[in-house]
Amino acid sequence: MRRLELILSRLAWFIPTLVGLTVIIFTVSHIIPTDPVRILAGENATAEQIEALRVELGYDKPLPVQLLSYFRDVATGNLGVSIYTKRSIAETMWHRLPATLELTFAAIFLSVVFGIPLGVLSALRRNSLFDHCLRVVTVSGLAVASFWLAMELQFLFSMKLAIAPLNGRIAGFGPDEVTGFMIVDSLIAGDLPMLGLVLSHLALPAVTLALPAAATIVRFTRAGVLDVINSSFVLYARAMGIPWSLIVWKYVLRNALISTVTQIGLIFGVLLSGAVVIETVFDWPGLGAYAVNSILQSDYKSIMGFTLWTGAMFVIVNLLVDILHTLIDPRSNR
Amino acid sequence: MAVWRQVLWKLLRDRATFLGASIILSLILAAILAPVLSPFPEDVFEFHTANRLRPPDGVNYFGTDRMGSDILSRLLFGARITITIALIAVGTAVAVGVPIGLVAGYYGAWPGDLLMRVSDIFLAIPQVVLAIAIAQTLGPSIENVILALSATYWPFWARLVYAETRSVKNEIFIESAIALGASPARVMILHILPNISSAIIVRTSIGMGATILTAAALGFLGLGAPPPAPEWGRMIAESRDFLPEAWWYATAPGLAIFLVVMGFNLLGDGLRDILDPRIRRAGGRND
Amino acid sequence: MTELLAVRDLTLGFRTDAGLARVLDGVNLTIDAGQVMGLVGESGCGKTTLARAVLGVLPRNAAEIAGGEIVFKGRDLLKFSPGALARDICGRAITFIPQDPYGSFNPVFTIGTQIMEIMKWKSPRRVTGHWSEHAPLLGPYPAERRRADMETVVALLDAVQLPQPAQILRKYPHELSGGQRQRLMIAMALLPEPDLVIADEPTTALDVTIQAQILGLIRRLANERNVAVLFTTHDLGTAYEICDAVTVMYAGQEVESAPTDRFFAAPAHPYTGKLLASLPRHDGEVAGIPGEVPNLVRPPGGCRFHPRCERASEACRSGKPPAEMLDPGHSVRCFHPVRPAA
Ligand SMILES: Nc1ncnc2c1ncn2[C@@H]1O[C@H](COP(=O)(O)OP(=O)(O)OP(=O)(O)O)[C@@H](O)[C@H]1O
Ligand code: SF4
Ligand SMILES: [Mg+2]
Repeated sequence: MRRLELILSRLAWFIPTLVGLTVIIFTVSHIIPTDPVRILAGENATAEQIEALRVELGYDKPLPVQLLSYFRDVATGNLGVSIYTKRSIAETMWHRLPATLELTFAAIFLSVVFGIPLGVLSALRRNSLFDHCLRVVTVSGLAVASFWLAMELQFLFSMKLAIAPLNGRIAGFGPDEVTGFMIVDSLIAGDLPMLGLVLSHLALPAVTLALPAAATIVRFTRAGVLDVINSSFVLYARAMGIPWSLIVWKYVLRNALISTVTQIGLIFGVLLSGAVVIETVFDWPGLGAYAVNSILQSDYKSIMGFTLWTGAMFVIVNLLVDILHTLIDPRSNR
Repeated sequence: MAVWRQVLWKLLRDRATFLGASIILSLILAAILAPVLSPFPEDVFEFHTANRLRPPDGVNYFGTDRMGSDILSRLLFGARITITIALIAVGTAVAVGVPIGLVAGYYGAWPGDLLMRVSDIFLAIPQVVLAIAIAQTLGPSIENVILALSATYWPFWARLVYAETRSVKNEIFIESAIALGASPARVMILHILPNISSAIIVRTSIGMGATILTAAALGFLGLGAPPPAPEWGRMIAESRDFLPEAWWYATAPGLAIFLVVMGFNLLGDGLRDILDPRIRRAGGRND
Repeated sequence: MTELLAVRDLTLGFRTDAGLARVLDGVNLTIDAGQVMGLVGESGCGKTTLARAVLGVLPRNAAEIAGGEIVFKGRDLLKFSPGALARDICGRAITFIPQDPYGSFNPVFTIGTQIMEIMKWKSPRRVTGHWSEHAPLLGPYPAERRRADMETVVALLDAVQLPQPAQILRKYPHELSGGQRQRLMIAMALLPEPDLVIADEPTTALDVTIQAQILGLIRRLANERNVAVLFTTHDLGTAYEICDAVTVMYAGQEVESAPTDRFFAAPAHPYTGKLLASLPRHDGEVAGIPGEVPNLVRPPGGCRFHPRCERASEACRSGKPPAEMLDPGHSVRCFHPVRPAA
């Protein structure tokens, strides 16, 4: 069973990858020239006070010991407390997670719903006006700086036209929190005006985030369809008079998506890095903005927490992609 | 070098690629000739607060910023920063990643495996996040941005070259070179490297675009060159406080980033079509 | 015998970077009902192009049909809309056995799915004019017809000597051998109960040992079911074994056509003679035909074979030779055909 073997070997690397990630982040964070304890203790602290705090926080021990105790904490789900807010990092992240997920899912939804059909159409009409226009759009989508696009969208839709909120996830009170996903929560509450408000806040960040991902999906789908459409089995199906729309949207698409699926990892990376910057511009209370804030404040326990989370997500997504790939491509299970 | 002449000719014939190459050439010229081309070269470091936030007109074609400096002039000088960062960061990443990937791919077995795992770990974090962390740790300066970018970018190259080396290594001509007693270094440099160079060249072009975007994001977050350096990302960040009145403030730098990145992407696409026929943009001949 | 398919003066070209390649230049070909017709010629002479023209699946953006007609059962297929051709003719009255049984199955669907898809659209039990013809993605497959079709499939798999059909239907293409796949292709070509099967070099991709079995199978099933076959090959030996009649093509023109026994007994066209001479001899040596296959963008004028022909005269260079009937069913296009020594 190649499939099982593949999944097991991937799983076996899961923990070492996270451990390695922790080591790298830990090392990077600990070569900080500024002393976090000194900052934390405040301007007027005496040398003794600083030392006492250092001992209290465990920063006096040698680095390997600190690393080990960090590992022990992480293994028990304890990411430590922020040196600024003194709040549990795991809790803060858990609290902010739905905002990021909602934004990311919205972006994935938009990029798939638009990206795949557009990719297929431009492959079918290759070198037509439509294909050329779409190519300009995708090339642009991959070249534009997301923070700039975000600002220009804010300028146009929020400031000039005033049809979308400037930033934030919600104005005033949101729907009663059940899942933390505001779309879901407002549906549960049956509050349609609230749903509209939530969606209007979501629109600009989601579009900004979706653009490069959609462009990537369009390009891969187009290339995949072009590859497949020239294959012998499409010629055979045409020669046997199978309806063309069926050939394209059932058979060709299925084959083309296999190569697109292998790119989900890449697209996910695009979304993750996009979220970091876009959440900052839109004051979106998610993990990306949290990471930038933590980094700018040298709150390195928080940075480590976030990076670890991102890395774990990334590894999991890639694992899922591998599994998905073996499921949809029978040839991979030889 | 007839082959290269042919490549050049094909490049120039494709309109999109030609456009990309022209944009990049303009960027380089702008960077070199910034002092000559700028209408107000002294504006980069001098302030004229009386002149601040002027919309574009016949004097300041792209308007002025919050310090009253001419945005066009700052933009032209900013091209120097952009191109320096991109060239050195990508250059370093390539210089580090390529040899590692080459050696790991050539010797294979566990060192190769280990290397791939290490680069997996690096690649498991979005480059922006790691680069922000490193840049912040080291303090805002151009050098540190470059360091952060190349430190997070080399694993990509190691991985690429590793895979390419593995696929070329079993070709007959490589095996025969080994059989003829060529030293490993000789095989790697004289036989394998030339054969994977097209993949490297294609990715370099696209990588330049990506690196410029990441560098701009770092600048936007305040981690790039400290003010008053005319860094494009920082210029956009500065403009946020003056919206919606000073609409022109962010327009020019944003478009500049867009154009330059697009230039590298178009060139990369064109190079890929010509050098790397395996991943063609166009289809075959059966329709 | 009744004429089933008649290709008349078919002329078409492909747009290429170098210009228009005149791939078919006034080709004629007739097949009677139930006849196995061999279409023989060197690689690149246009056999596949002719087959694809009949099926209406020429490369869309490159092919340019300049003239001629393809009359099938009295109707000119070139006058059909692509949709009508796909719906009423392709896969129904005319089916196809491809050259490449490896690539012609979709790798990510099971054999069963692919066969049943063909049955869904092309089964003889299907009633035409159903609304689902206009919405193929939604069209249902009535369970009752499906069951009956499935029985036909199983019976036919047995006829092409594929044991354990149920198991085969559950497999993916890569889990089968080339010979098994080509047997499936033959079965799929016969399932719609067509009048004509176009088999484009159906054995070139296969092992020599399997080739003979597949050829025998095609021949036998075609006879049993009274199906006509257009069989392309560049191998005269194969044509000799299974064809009722042979048409030879050279550079996009048919040059000689005759019933198989006549053809091998009294070849009249100089090119046919050279083809026969180039058959592998017993010692395995192949005597190639001197000269090159002509450039189709700027083909030689007159008889396209004249640069390689020893009998060529001034007439051959200036005009295209007309078809001449030597015997009933034996026609040749040559100014100076080889006459059997009296
Ligand atoms: N899509 C196309 N575009 C341009 N030229 C084409 C195309 N398809 C085929 N040709 C050319 O048309 C000519 C006839 O090709 P065809 O495939 O019909 O030959 P064939 O007799 O089937 O050869 P083979 O025995 O190799 O299969 C060849 O010269 C080929 O190069
Ligand atoms: S027509 Fe002339 S050139 Fe053509 S085959 Fe006959 S003799 Fe040869
Ligand atoms: Mg052919």
